[in-house]
Amino acid sequence: MLARRIIPCLDVRDGKVVKGVKFRNHEIIGDIVPLAKQYAEAGADELVFYDITASSDARVVDKSWVERIAQVIDIPFCVAGGIKSVEDAGKILAMGADKISINSPALANPELITQLHDAYGQQCIVIGIDSHFNEATGKYEVYQFTGDETRTQQTHWETADWVTEVQKRGAGEIVLNCMNQDGVRQGYDLTQLKAIRKICHVPLIASGGAGKIHHFADVFKEADVDGALAASVFHKAIINIAELKTYLHNETICMRTV
Amino acid sequence: MTAGSSAAIKRQNIVIIDTGCANISSVKFALERLHVAVTVSDDPAVIKASDKAFLPGVGSAQNAIASIANKGLIETIQGLTQPVLGVCLGMQLMTTMSQESGLHSTDNVLCLDLIPGKVERMQVGDLRLPHMGWNTVNPVNPANNPLFKGIGNGTYFYFVHGYAVPVYEHTLAACEYGTAFSAAIHKDNFYGVQFHPERSGDAGAHLLENFVNL
Repeated sequence: MLARRIIPCLDVRDGKVVKGVKFRNHEIIGDIVPLAKQYAEAGADELVFYDITASSDARVVDKSWVERIAQVIDIPFCVAGGIKSVEDAGKILAMGADKISINSPALANPELITQLHDAYGQQCIVIGIDSHFNEATGKYEVYQFTGDETRTQQTHWETADWVTEVQKRGAGEIVLNCMNQDGVRQGYDLTQLKAIRKICHVPLIASGGAGKIHHFADVFKEADVDGALAASVFHKAIINIAELKTYLHNETICMRTV
Repeated sequence: MTAGSSAAIKRQNIVIIDTGCANISSVKFALERLHVAVTVSDDPAVIKASDKAFLPGVGSAQNAIASIANKGLIETIQGLTQPVLGVCLGMQLMTTMSQESGLHSTDNVLCLDLIPGKVERMQVGDLRLPHMGWNTVNPVNPANNPLFKGIGNGTYFYFVHGYAVPVYEHTLAACEYGTAFSAAIHKDNFYGVQFHPERSGDAGAHLLENFVNL
């Protein structure tokens, strides 16, 4: 039976793992490679590395760390940030990444999703979506350039419409980051995830809000997501991955045993 | 020979066929973690002279076959007599044909025809596609299955694919997602695995070691 995935997310800036609250005030957590190895050994099912500076800076970003990760870990990993073309994606995959995730460049050029699909196959094309709940309008809205608060901006997309669009264009997986919840550890946005689940026919990964061990059980049971992504609870050792997976297994959620 | 310790691995000439697709380095790194030296090559002479060869692949069947054809490697691969392991798309390329072409195309792609069979879009009902994540694999005929030696029923491997080969006479291990499909296939010297052993933790390392020790 296909297991649900626990996915630590490592935000990367200048080769270091960082974490901010609500996308701001980034603090350095540690070096990438030892942290990646540590998570793989602890039972993480997959890792995501977001190069959070890449999409918002115009400069060319050094991605040599991708190859260093591929050398040491034996679980799948996805690289996000700064991938703007079929060539960019090819380089990351050639360095050993299993999947590439695009966010702002897909919003700027939705055709890129189809080009990536045709070049590398649907299975390695992940679309990251930063979704913000607008209390004034009661709508979920897609934001871009969220790696840099001075450039973060709302797009014309409502989240559900963009989720439908990226699937049409060949996305293989969607990571839905609920911005209002990010880094505040009050639980995943179950209302939004449940709504998106109904229209998402590719794997859906919940992101933003994990704080307590039961938040993971809630999101798998109530929103039926395929994976749950979290950062600070793992980086700050608030939740131990092995204990989390045992807990979820006991809650009858299918987990890979290591 | 004994699987399970890297010291038991035989010294030999292992070549990863450079298909021009991605994921070549992840297979190479996985073998290097087992202390197996590997060469990546698209030179027919180097490939033919190997003791074991890997046929890696990610991406779409159409692009991969076109890339192999451009490199003039189709006949080279078809003529190999040493053990060859196809991984993920590499396994699918070993079959007769695949349904996986472009997003808006329905033409079959002709593959290498090393193992009879057809790659089809997975039919999974209400489940999500692609099939992505860790799923349990059941080897068939465990008493005589050297590739899965020491790998028990229900072992988790990492999958990421939307197309698959049904279960049939060349199935070496099965997996289920909506319906049963081939997690591994085999004919003569050709072996293929749908999952990614290079990304399947200890179980994947064990399988790679079994292959190197064939």
